[in-house]
Amino acid sequence: MSQPRQLCTFFLEDLFFGVEVEKVQEVIRYQEMTRIPLAPEVIAGLINLRGQIVTAIDLRRQLQLPARTGEQLPMNVVIRREDGPISLLVDEIGDVVEVEEDSFENPPDTLESRRRDFLRGIYKLKEDLLLLLDTEKAVSVAGVHAA
Amino acid sequence: MDSSRLTGEPSSNDGMEEVIKEFLVESNEGLDRFDSDLMALEKDKSSRELLDSVFRAIHTIKGTGSVLGYEKLVAISHAGETVLSRMREGKLLLGPEIATALLTMADALRQMLQEIAASGSEGDGDYDSVLQQLSAVLRAPPAPSDERSPAPASLDKDAPPFLGDILVTSAVCKPAEVQAAIELQDRGDPRPLGQILVDSGAAKPEAVAEGLRMQSEHRDLGSNTIRVDVALLDKVMNLVGELVLARNQVLQFTATQEDSSFLSTAQRLNLITTELQEGVMKTRMQPIGNVWNKLPRIVRDLSLGCGKRVEVEMEGAETELDKTIIEAIKDPLTHIIRNAVDHGIEPPEVRTARGKSPEGHLVLRAFHEGGQVNIEISDDGAGIPTEKLKAKAIANGLITADHAARMSEREVLHLVFAPGLSTAQQVNNISGRGVGMDVVRTNIEKIGGTVDVQSAAGKGTLLKIKIPLTLAIIPALIVTSGAERFAIPQVSLIELVRCEGEQAGIEDIHGAAVYRLRGNLLPLVYLNRELRLEGRTASDVVNIVVLQAGDHQFGLVVDEINDTEEIVVKPLSKQLKSVACFAGATIMGDGRVALILDVLGLAQMARVVSELHEQTISKNLAGAGEQTARRESWLLFRIGKDGRMAIPLSLVSRLEEFPASKIERFAGREVVQYRGQIMPLLRLADVLGYAGAGESELLQVVVYSSNGRSIGLVVEEILDIADQAAEVRHRQQSGNLTGAAVLQQRVTDLLDVPALLASQSLAGLEGVQA
Repeated sequence: MSQPRQLCTFFLEDLFFGVEVEKVQEVIRYQEMTRIPLAPEVIAGLINLRGQIVTAIDLRRQLQLPARTGEQLPMNVVIRREDGPISLLVDEIGDVVEVEEDSFENPPDTLESRRRDFLRGIYKLKEDLLLLLDTEKAVSVAGVHAA
Repeated sequence: MDSSRLTGEPSSNDGMEEVIKEFLVESNEGLDRFDSDLMALEKDKSSRELLDSVFRAIHTIKGTGSVLGYEKLVAISHAGETVLSRMREGKLLLGPEIATALLTMADALRQMLQEIAASGSEGDGDYDSVLQQLSAVLRAPPAPSDERSPAPASLDKDAPPFLGDILVTSAVCKPAEVQAAIELQDRGDPRPLGQILVDSGAAKPEAVAEGLRMQSEHRDLGSNTIRVDVALLDKVMNLVGELVLARNQVLQFTATQEDSSFLSTAQRLNLITTELQEGVMKTRMQPIGNVWNKLPRIVRDLSLGCGKRVEVEMEGAETELDKTIIEAIKDPLTHIIRNAVDHGIEPPEVRTARGKSPEGHLVLRAFHEGGQVNIEISDDGAGIPTEKLKAKAIANGLITADHAARMSEREVLHLVFAPGLSTAQQVNNISGRGVGMDVVRTNIEKIGGTVDVQSAAGKGTLLKIKIPLTLAIIPALIVTSGAERFAIPQVSLIELVRCEGEQAGIEDIHGAAVYRLRGNLLPLVYLNRELRLEGRTASDVVNIVVLQAGDHQFGLVVDEINDTEEIVVKPLSKQLKSVACFAGATIMGDGRVALILDVLGLAQMARVVSELHEQTISKNLAGAGEQTARRESWLLFRIGKDGRMAIPLSLVSRLEEFPASKIERFAGREVVQYRGQIMPLLRLADVLGYAGAGESELLQVVVYSSNGRSIGLVVEEILDIADQAAEVRHRQQSGNLTGAAVLQQRVTDLLDVPALLASQSLAGLEGVQA
């Protein structure tokens, strides 16, 4: 499998994440959201993306991070998928980062297993560690109980 | 003019792919028409028109096929054409063997077309047996020339004429020359007709070219239709959807504007959008006949295979439906038809023994009704053996024996849709139907439709399917609850009720609410509570949206009723599939997203539709021995000092209070004047021998109605409405009780109202018109 070279990056809490640029359809600022009663809690709601209805997933809840505080509005990272786009709500958007293949490592075993599941690996950058998000896992809604 | 022009060979390869694509589409359509016309011809052997049509379909495939150089395809279609031309000459009469041979040929052609589509070549399939079958048919003894042999050739005006006919008509060739050329072709000459005539000197190349030109001109004139890629239509449809949304936004904006020229422009935009929307919808409409036409072929093959005789009748084949829906019902319909022939219709000897005509009848009906399309599939076969179905369902642990005993005929029939029944192989033979009927129902419900089944043992089965006309844009009622807007599809809407103040008429007992709507108790569902939205501050006004969910009605209480609007239905992503109460989402005039309520899903969630829950409950109770359970709403009441009783809420038509002074005596009974009738009263405490029924000034009366007559059951106190599975613990059948059950953690007697009335000789008592 060929490793990605360009990653679209974003922040959640103090964590630095990346997603392959090809998988990202677009990045947009906060959109007014319609919440969905009885939906699994990781689903934040529905947004109107130029006439297309897109489900937004709260990545903080998905990764079991503490809820967003204060005035800060999340941003949408819209992931391109075969069965229609899905938006991931993140705190802040970073730059597009070029990564070297040899800086890649599998996620360390010491990571809490639930968080580890959402990572495909880690890029060791000069200053930071860039966590490569597994988008398939990120948009999957596990443990859904029929309402 | 050179000869390549005559054979119609494209001069370059550039357009070749396009030509082949068109050839495939046209040929497949031609074969479908071939199938259905051939079968019609089997019934009406004297129809020259059908014979011509069948012949023309194969002739065209052969012609184009030879131009494109598909030799096998030409060989086979040529063999078929030979059989057909014998029939045209009246030398052969269509019989079952010939029809089978021709249909086999059509299948072989289809297979080759598929190969061509997939790989570009005809493939290396072996079709010798097909050719043998066709030539065997030719060797069959000539048909007796009776009055049923086809009438002399007559050209259908709309169809392009044959080249030979044109040349004869324009006096280029003599009929004999054309005939000779056709016979050459029949003997295997691969050259096109024009080429043979030119080669034999019967016609000049210019004359043949002119003839071909006339033929193609006729084709062009005959076609005022064009072929459009479905993907393009879908795109246009989506754009119209967007336009509808934009229109809605503009219209909302007009409310705040006073500029009259802007208002009139907006009005025009509104009208044009509506018309455009209708127009585009129409382009996507197809007659249901497009699906049905494939069914006679399936029926024919199936019935021949199992030695049955089945006639297919169709009514309303012109009924139009959106293309997406046509696609969606194709498989379920095929499935139903298969079941009907396989299990429903009996073999001829059985039918004769039962006094029916040896051939079974399968009737397909389609018609529009109330913005929906109804499809009915009926057969006059054996019907569904309900007893065996029940036995099987019990054996499979789907229901308990006790439950089965209490199931209504309809409930039993609906077992055919239960998933457990269809998978077990041995069930198929016994239950009559049920091979994947759960899949049929799921598929139909997926597109917002419903299926119902009726059956009479020995007489036949009727399946009724109701489906929406289109899925893309629907009228909907917009409501607000807990500060969120929701759209309710108009098809489920029955009426809107607004109650104000004290006389609201809502009986709210321990959270189970009912509303008295014209004498009937309507269960109420609070949208706020069901969706766990923040309730809003108490208000005097209650808005009830009366909805139809399957066979049940219920009232949905919402905060506000806004407006009706055309909405564009967008599906929810698969992450949300688990939320059963939403059918999709739409974008409102202000650009925000609103959820579309799934009325049936909501009703199931709120347990208004209990029937659908039985299965799970029965499953939970499987192996629970004697106990049985039926999830139902029960009306709990007290009689005497401490008698606790319940009757199914479905038997209760109203709850009333009468002052004791209203009681009169008539024919030795206590009666009250009630809604223009004299309603007998029955004091339950007295009748059932409970003590402590004090004389109260205000009588609590449960009105029970049957066959348009009402009887008032006097109780001491209405306690509650319990919505739960009643596990009947003691089936003592002590006359007036069906047993006892634990309802709300307390032992409660279940009153058998019909038995009670019979014992009081009230069963036939008429409420006398006052």
